Amino acid sequence: MNRETRRIFRRLSSDASAILGFALLIFFVIVAILAPFIASPPPGRDPYIMPIVTWSSNPLPPSPEHPFGVAGKRDIFYGVVWGTRTAFRVGIIVTLISTALGLLIGSVAGYFGKLWDEILMRITDIFMAIPFLVAAMVLTTILGTGLDKVMMAMTVFSWMGPARLIRGNILQVKEEQFVLAAKALGVSDFSIIIRHVLPNTIFPVLIQASMRMGSLVITAAALSFLGVGAPQGYADWGALLNYARNWMLGGQGEALKYWYMTVFPGVAMVLFVLAWNLVGDALRDAFDPRLRL
Amino acid sequence: MEENNLLLQVQDLKVYFYNEEGQELKAVDGVGFYLRKGETIALVGESGCGKSVTSLAILRLVDSDGKIQGGKILLEGRDLLSLSEREMREVRGRDISMIFQEPSSALNPVYTIGDQIIEAIILHQKLSYRQARKTAEELLRLVGIPEARKRLDEYPHELSGGMKQRAMIAMALSCHPKVLIADEPTTSLDVTIQAQILELIEELQRQLNMGVILITHDLGVVAGMAERVVVMYAGKVVEEGSRWDIFHHPHHPYTWGLLHSIPRLDVKQEKLAIIPGVVPDPLNFPSGCRFRNRCPLEDEVCLTEPSREEIENQHYVYCHHHSQIEVLETRGFSQ
Amino acid sequence: MNNVPLLQVEDLKKYFPIKAGVFRRTVGWVKAVDGVSFEVFPEETLGIVGESGCGKSTLGMTVMRLYEPTAGSIFFQGEDISSLPASQLKGVRRNIQMIFQDPFTSLDPRMHIGSIVEEGMKVHRVASPPEVRRRALDLLEKVGLGAEYFSRYPHEFSGGQRQRIGIARALALNPRLVVADEPVSSLDVSVRSQILNLLKDLKREYQLTYIFISHDLAVVRQICDRVIVMYLGKVVEIADGDTFFSSPSHPYSVALTSAVPVPDPDYEVKRIILSGDVPSPINPPEGCRFHTRCPVAQEVCSQVEPALEEVGENQWVACHFPGSLSWERA
Repeated sequence: MNRETRRIFRRLSSDASAILGFALLIFFVIVAILAPFIASPPPGRDPYIMPIVTWSSNPLPPSPEHPFGVAGKRDIFYGVVWGTRTAFRVGIIVTLISTALGLLIGSVAGYFGKLWDEILMRITDIFMAIPFLVAAMVLTTILGTGLDKVMMAMTVFSWMGPARLIRGNILQVKEEQFVLAAKALGVSDFSIIIRHVLPNTIFPVLIQASMRMGSLVITAAALSFLGVGAPQGYADWGALLNYARNWMLGGQGEALKYWYMTVFPGVAMVLFVLAWNLVGDALRDAFDPRLRL
Repeated sequence: MEENNLLLQVQDLKVYFYNEEGQELKAVDGVGFYLRKGETIALVGESGCGKSVTSLAILRLVDSDGKIQGGKILLEGRDLLSLSEREMREVRGRDISMIFQEPSSALNPVYTIGDQIIEAIILHQKLSYRQARKTAEELLRLVGIPEARKRLDEYPHELSGGMKQRAMIAMALSCHPKVLIADEPTTSLDVTIQAQILELIEELQRQLNMGVILITHDLGVVAGMAERVVVMYAGKVVEEGSRWDIFHHPHHPYTWGLLHSIPRLDVKQEKLAIIPGVVPDPLNFPSGCRFRNRCPLEDEVCLTEPSREEIENQHYVYCHHHSQIEVLETRGFSQ
Repeated sequence: MNNVPLLQVEDLKKYFPIKAGVFRRTVGWVKAVDGVSFEVFPEETLGIVGESGCGKSTLGMTVMRLYEPTAGSIFFQGEDISSLPASQLKGVRRNIQMIFQDPFTSLDPRMHIGSIVEEGMKVHRVASPPEVRRRALDLLEKVGLGAEYFSRYPHEFSGGQRQRIGIARALALNPRLVVADEPVSSLDVSVRSQILNLLKDLKREYQLTYIFISHDLAVVRQICDRVIVMYLGKVVEIADGDTFFSSPSHPYSVALTSAVPVPDPDYEVKRIILSGDVPSPINPPEGCRFHTRCPVAQEVCSQVEPALEEVGENQWVACHFPGSLSWERA
């Protein structure tokens, strides 16, 4: 391990909120990996579809059999556990693709500048001017429901952040003399981007990506909640909240009667977002060159 | 030393910095010198020798990571280190003022030149805005800025580097300070502009009878301006004397090396002398004489710290082997 | 010295557009380099001096083709490289290398110094990987850094050491010509002399030719065989180093040399203090560009631009009244 890596580790391990963030994240990863053992799916069925456990459409409160209760005929515990996998899947895939897309567009705009910059950045501006949630809803309506469609819609509308970030960073790094020095050596533009510019600009983007991971899951949940996201019965935190829609106000005189319908998926979501934000914060502090000594 | 002529005395000043890991950096470690009325002295040394920190400490402007850990700074007999922060603010700008290396970053870009000078004037003198503006105009004229009245209403970015430095000087002089500290005042300027500014500082000093502390790494500037020179290395003074003492009879090997390693315009040097190695890391200064690991005269004696010795009238040196300095003339820094 | 020039620059111009408004229309040009011609002979050190904004750095960058020339030609070993397409520049890059001013930004902070030095050799595939490694180690040794530094990162080095790494990188491809842009101006005095001596030694060892760009005339005096003085994008004087420093001819050269402080309290020259600032290169003065600050300017200077003419052996000056200003040692 080189000195730089050691330094980053030292810094991360001395920060309480970083430890909390990573602990939460590891917890979610374990839950996602062990999902089949924590909440075993009925044999021969798609495990991502929450099995129907009752024929009454009324929610049931937590019981030894259904520790988080039942909503929309389905077990909330099962949904929360398998929903972790969905959350990771949506978060990681959308973040990866949108970041990659943003990187590509931002680097071309930033490095080559001039007309490229002008065209690509105006396109970025247009995309940024469209309200994200509305656009994603429209797009899912056109494409049809389904998790892959949701992810596609979200990807289309979330590459602009990384694109602008990377462009700004590249404009800054491009002025550094080491880029000029590489040109003087005869290094090609492509290798200059890959070997010199990106390594010096990538960290803020990765940090931003980890923070976005959390918010993307919220957006996905919002879409599911609005009914344009995951299909019926899909193990997804947003979909679980969707079941709570009609019961949110509680029964007569008992406002909190159906608390379990919102609290369990809600807490899962909050902790998931918190984990990514804490990790993002911790990474930012660890990589901030100004804090280096 | 005629006591009544003494303007500023720095005695055994210690400024230490502390890093994240709590390690102590002895940036200035027991520095002492004095300044007479109307005199120019130069603090000379390479980056990291503590010359700038010393000057900031005189104004008690060392940033929050650093602490003044000891010593005395006497301005006409009054110890500045014992003043309250409020009393100290009175001293800054009125008794001692400072000009900086980067005039562009020392001037606030959102205020006009006039506003900034007028603010400095009103801060220390009971003048109306009108009177202060008049004074500001006179000051700009004094520092040789053409069309002074028009310039008052201009913003820093509208002025060239040389003009900005002149405006900075005008601001520093606004309350007729007794001491002017000039921290690398011409380092960021071109030679022809540098010549203008140095001329200006000399001229103003004669007119206003100020004491000037010139902080610089440029020995050429020192030779032309300073009456006395204080050479610093790694947080300590290594030699102090008149400019003739320092330039013609240096007695510390570091001073000698420095003088012989600078390229000169007036003669062609076949090969420049070299001081081997690098300035030591402030976390790891050598014990004893801090120059010893780069010094050709080093031996066991150097493990103890050299004391201040007066070798001629008011020419002081901190070196165990100052009497052997002639050896360097024949064999240089090579072993 | 060989009489066939290694590099020949003819009427080179580099203008930068000034853009303004919504449509980024070009509203003017900064004439950074405005018609410069000179030659560089093999194994000489040519100094280019002048104050900030005179175009000396731009000239260096343009000769390197790091900036596209606006007009003019650059012949390197007889071949015009000013219009070579980017794809064919790679071969030229091997022969012309650069040492940069700022040792802190000229090294990629995320690469260790070994790969910084090896990069050029790898790009040009000059040797097998073990051979490249051996040469990189050799070069680091040559510039005074041992093998133990090979896998350290730039931030672990001081300014002087970083400049040594920059020099090793420039020499890795065995260039004929090295353009050094203010290579010592950000270094401390004691380190500066180390680097200057190193540059001298390497020149002898590798038969290098230097274009040495600097604002520091004292440094130029010590290292350069010939000197070019620039003012506002134009050459005002070209002369042999010894001739130039003993009897500069252009009034600007005289003022410039007289303004340099000499580290000797007994040395007194009549400093010629120029009034005012360098005019903007966007609208340079008509006629001789120096006439607005020239102490000996006359009517004609504001109307007719003087051409570069030979005034003495190996001394060319662009002035209507060469030698009319002089400084004497008191």
